[in-house]
Amino acid sequence: MCKHYLYSILCISTSLCFKPFRCRSLPAQRKYMRSPPIPEMATQEVQLSETLAHLKTESDTLKGKLEEERAKLHDVELHQVAEKVEGLGQFVMKTRRTLKGHGNKVLCMDWCKDKRRIVSSSQDGKVIVWDAFTTNKEHAVTMPCTWVMACAYAPSGCAVACGGLDNKCSVYPLSLDKNENLAAKKKSVAMHTNYLSACSFTNSDMQVRLSRMGEDTCSSFVTALHHFFDLTELFKVFRHVLHDFMSLQGCDKKANVWDMRSGQCIQSFETHESDINSVRYYPSGDAFASGSDDATCRLYDLRADREVAIYSKESIIFGVSSVDFSLSGRLLFGGYNDYTINVWDVLKGTRVSILFGHENRVSTLRVSPDGTAFCTGSWDHTLRTWA
Amino acid sequence: MQSFSSLLLSLRSGFDSGFIYSSGVVWYFCRSCLQSDQLLTSHSLTQKREKASVQRGRGKKESAPNLLCGRLIIIEDIVTQIQDETDGVPIRTVKSFMTKIPSVVTGADIVQWLMKNLCMEDPAEAMHIGSLIAAQGYFFPISDHVLALKDDGTFYRFQAPYFWPSNCWEPENTDYAIYLCKRTMQNKTRLELADYEAENLARLQRAFARKWEFIYMQAEAQVKKKDKTERKILDSQERAFWDVHRPVPGCVNTTEMDIRKCRLLFAVSTNSDSCHLLFQILFLNTQLDRHCMKMSKVADSLIMYTEQYMEYDPLVTALEPANPWASDDPSFWDLEASKEPSQPRVKKWGFSLEEALKDPAGQELFLKFLESEFSSENLRFWLAVQDLKRMPQQEVAQRAQDIWTEFLAEGAPSSINLDSHSYERTSQNLKDPGRYSYEDAQDHIYKLMKSDSYTRFLRSNVYQDLLMAKKKQGRRTSLEKFTRSVVSVPLLGLHSFKLRIK
Repeated sequence: MCKHYLYSILCISTSLCFKPFRCRSLPAQRKYMRSPPIPEMATQEVQLSETLAHLKTESDTLKGKLEEERAKLHDVELHQVAEKVEGLGQFVMKTRRTLKGHGNKVLCMDWCKDKRRIVSSSQDGKVIVWDAFTTNKEHAVTMPCTWVMACAYAPSGCAVACGGLDNKCSVYPLSLDKNENLAAKKKSVAMHTNYLSACSFTNSDMQVRLSRMGEDTCSSFVTALHHFFDLTELFKVFRHVLHDFMSLQGCDKKANVWDMRSGQCIQSFETHESDINSVRYYPSGDAFASGSDDATCRLYDLRADREVAIYSKESIIFGVSSVDFSLSGRLLFGGYNDYTINVWDVLKGTRVSILFGHENRVSTLRVSPDGTAFCTGSWDHTLRTWA
Repeated sequence: MQSFSSLLLSLRSGFDSGFIYSSGVVWYFCRSCLQSDQLLTSHSLTQKREKASVQRGRGKKESAPNLLCGRLIIIEDIVTQIQDETDGVPIRTVKSFMTKIPSVVTGADIVQWLMKNLCMEDPAEAMHIGSLIAAQGYFFPISDHVLALKDDGTFYRFQAPYFWPSNCWEPENTDYAIYLCKRTMQNKTRLELADYEAENLARLQRAFARKWEFIYMQAEAQVKKKDKTERKILDSQERAFWDVHRPVPGCVNTTEMDIRKCRLLFAVSTNSDSCHLLFQILFLNTQLDRHCMKMSKVADSLIMYTEQYMEYDPLVTALEPANPWASDDPSFWDLEASKEPSQPRVKKWGFSLEEALKDPAGQELFLKFLESEFSSENLRFWLAVQDLKRMPQQEVAQRAQDIWTEFLAEGAPSSINLDSHSYERTSQNLKDPGRYSYEDAQDHIYKLMKSDSYTRFLRSNVYQDLLMAKKKQGRRTSLEKFTRSVVSVPLLGLHSFKLRIK
């Protein structure tokens, strides 16, 4: 039994530091052991499965203990404390602008720091930069692939990054000269074997944080160099505004917080019943919200290390595709697969408003940098700005 | 995938289970049942359905039906409940003109049921959800191709479970061709092809020109003489099935999948691997040692933060001047971009050091204050390290060295005050200079500034004057404020960045 432990631990330490961590099935593990004569293999199989069972029970008891410890500090619910807070009045939020121009599903969008420009990408391979206030299209780039799943605006407003099924992230500088061929000036950061599922700029134009689908890794690209760290089943990574070294990630039913400097997972939360589609930090950085296919949004606090609120209703049965907070963190906006947007009171846990308008599922939702409006992109080929 | 045509052929057709509506009763059958010659009536339908879903391997197959919209299992529960004899909607045969319409329910009944059972106050919401469930293919209007729910006397019929989307149908064009052919064979006006269907048929005839004889034969074989009522119901259900998989142009195709979820079809669960388990055990042990805050404190902190910022939140509090998106007037942004920060903005700098440094005007003022006290090296160090983190990789090492020479070396021109511990650690880090070499030092300096210089800044004349002066000016109208501070900009975007770039 001890022999197996030792080899397994060696496995882990090397893979954490240097290589992508792949959860290898048993045959690969045997690479590290001298191949034993055949009659012994049978007994080793039995021993390995015993080890697995033992490990599983140990892991389960630890989880139970952790849950117990956390429950001791759970003396009150957020909405109970929030009863003393004044209720919000009636909300009148409507579509203020509709941006039409994409030929297929809008998959991703991002705001520019100037609070009125937007970049959006869609399944038809087009990336369009709009002045959402006037609804004019300012730039349009055609990517060589369809399903452009990620796009981001650079902090200076002078470039956009996008990527998708072409397995790489391309950065296009935006020029005011309409005649200039933007595609000719692009810079590409090549990726490995899988497609780009999310990208965002860190605080400077030089750095882009990317996440890949399917591979067990997430990378932060800093021009040529990248930090690798190891994950299981990556889904989305979002950069936090205040702390430039922490990263949130929703992966399957778990939400993880990573320290980009050390490559370690600092905290992990698993209370959703289905895949998490979107995670977003609360404005102060001490908490975050997640939206999932189980039709709920949940608020997790990093200091209490647990879930503090659930936002759900019996009448909401379709999953959430993306969430975002208003400037103060009082409102949580969720874009759902039932074509609607639900607005939640974060502190009291109640739904403030439901917004109709889109004709197909809402795929992306972002609040503007100064909080004056939020924009949604949908599979109905349009983007809408609401205020 | 299973072709629906086998539904109408002999029961011993070679697939596992399904439903048949026959002689006024829905029969459930499965291969094992056939062998033992058992058929069940609709009374035991729910029980059998549960067994069927277990047989389908609902547990491990959860990912596949969820791909379509994430909640098919929940929707199916709702649809089963709604058809329940005691608690559901009244499904009956309705007499109309010369004929009887079997097994229908009105739209209004469905809306009422949804409102009651899903706790909705607004019928618009119930209609919306109902339309979505219809669009997925669980019930349909008997005389329209468009799958939507209306809150009136329109008649709807429930789809046979055999045709439910969770069976992972991927019907092919040959099936569609057979179906359209069948429709043309029956001489009934109500079964005439719609325009888009006629177009589709023509297209398929061209595509399958060589196979057409085979397709025709299949269609003929399926147009069998059956009981009229049964025929009506099956026909309508089949048509609704195709309305989901070949929707009317302009309608949403609910079978479209998000490509990001496709990988789930092929995912291999690695959760029981020993490597993964060991990793998890290590992680859980570190978590147990973590010191956490009580919920009451956390709640108070969140509420305090939100309440403090709520007056700055344009979506919660009305703005002055008005929200540009609502009023179509960008004067709010012009004001924000002007050289003179408004009073609320100056007030915000007092919330935390973070806020003051986030705003370029605040940062400028703070720096000026520190320079007047001859203690600006802390802030300059902090800014330099922030810059370092954004440098291109080639320049990082050099810049790190420069920062050392400027702030930390012996006899440095702007030497900062670091405790010996951090100093040691930083000099160690610099043996291999990187982006995050100064993290410790930066943290320490930040805490120093926060507790010392920042508090003095808030009490200083420079800050207080600005805060008070704005209060006095506040009595002027917003129009006057606007005319005083407007700056003409060729491009709003570029201008606001001139404030940042030093």
